[in-house]
Amino acid sequence: MDAMLYALPFLMKGFSITLWVSALVVVFSLAAGLVLGVALVYGPRPLQWIVRLFSDCIRGIPILVLIFVVYYGFPPLGISINSFWAGVVALTLFKAAQVIEYVRGAISSIPRGQMEAGKAIGLTFVQRLQSVIFPQAVRRFLPPWINGVTDAVKGSALISLLGVVDLMQSINEVIGRTYEAMPLYLLGAFIYFAINYSLSLTSRFVERRYAYIRD
Amino acid sequence: MGENRRPLLGIESLRKSFGKVEVLKGIDMAVHKGEVVSVIGPSGSGKTTLLRCVNFLEIYERGSIRIDGQEVGYRDGDNRQRRGETDLARMRAETGMVFQSFNLFPHLTAVQNVMLGLVKVRRKPKQEAREIAEHWLKRVGLGHRIDSLPAELSGGQQQRVGIARAVAMEPKILLLDEITSALDPELVTEVLDVVRQLAEDGMTMLMVTHEIAFARDASDRIVFMDDGRVSAEGPPGELMAQAGSNERLDAFLSRFRTSHL
Repeated sequence: MDAMLYALPFLMKGFSITLWVSALVVVFSLAAGLVLGVALVYGPRPLQWIVRLFSDCIRGIPILVLIFVVYYGFPPLGISINSFWAGVVALTLFKAAQVIEYVRGAISSIPRGQMEAGKAIGLTFVQRLQSVIFPQAVRRFLPPWINGVTDAVKGSALISLLGVVDLMQSINEVIGRTYEAMPLYLLGAFIYFAINYSLSLTSRFVERRYAYIRD
Repeated sequence: MGENRRPLLGIESLRKSFGKVEVLKGIDMAVHKGEVVSVIGPSGSGKTTLLRCVNFLEIYERGSIRIDGQEVGYRDGDNRQRRGETDLARMRAETGMVFQSFNLFPHLTAVQNVMLGLVKVRRKPKQEAREIAEHWLKRVGLGHRIDSLPAELSGGQQQRVGIARAVAMEPKILLLDEITSALDPELVTEVLDVVRQLAEDGMTMLMVTHEIAFARDASDRIVFMDDGRVSAEGPPGELMAQAGSNERLDAFLSRFRTSHL
């Protein structure tokens, strides 16, 4: 208990880095995944192939490998990147590939007639997405996506391996001083759990909120 | 038949294939303002495809479809360039379409379903759009259900919302695609009554239907399609009379004679 109380101030900085990385990854991957997901469903064939290839490749690579590929692979290409941003980029690529699939699944679940009805009253493509497709797709998109957000928070712990002092790494550093591993890892586990459990609660709330749309 | 009798909808040598299967094999058809034209024919004869080509839900490559003189899917000019997205949307807003499976927007109430096009396409202020939508919902007998979601309405009621959604846009022509086929028999009449009322009010309509009796009563002309071609056409009485000399038409109509008598 004492060890935990001693460690807490040290962990706060790491905690904020973890939240910051997670937030960046969630926002960037959502934006990229939405655009690419829509491209996968409605884009011209060649674009569909490219997105498909991207998504399949990324999802077939362990996230840890992806992190090292970005960290060690970008500088030789002339792109200088520090460990923090290498982590963010790698996690974003990984997340975006998942978001693409959520988007594809959510959009495909909507009957074709919906798009046609939107066309028939003269809505443009963007208007059909805005007013017809997205409002219906969001209900199917949100639950897996919010689960995916918890994955992003958990996955962010891997960037400690690049030396970024996130929650995980700050735990390791405190353990390095105190040699009391178990209480600190428990504390760390609890903090990760607290973040993710509140996200799960949000997810459940959101699911109920959109339950009124029937199929 | 001068320039002023140019048809509202003019279809010329329209051909359409799905892969190697040619579904429309050269259709010529004209619908004039205020006319109600029914398309009948066996399933697979291409009726629905024809209707869907008229608002470019199906992309046709060969032949021409003109509404008020404007080619539906292609820009004017010789090189036949496909209309852009905005341009196409503008053209589509000129035609109203009612679907066999209703295709109401399930996340929107009845009145919101009707308002959507008015607000987004016709750029009406919300309040005005709502008034127009309520007006049309009353016209189809749903003044008391305007705030219901589609899932809370019966099939017949949903389809009447579908009709209101299409006519509220004040289209030049209304396309009806087997609009009673998905309904329980006891709900068919309430929908057909609405269509009959629209016909009396002078709405130009092109409808694909299996309701032969209704087509005979409500149409100015009936077109009989068979195997991707117009096999016979004329005013209802005339068309029925042609059955003697048109084997396919006779075979098609006889099914309804036996089933209805």
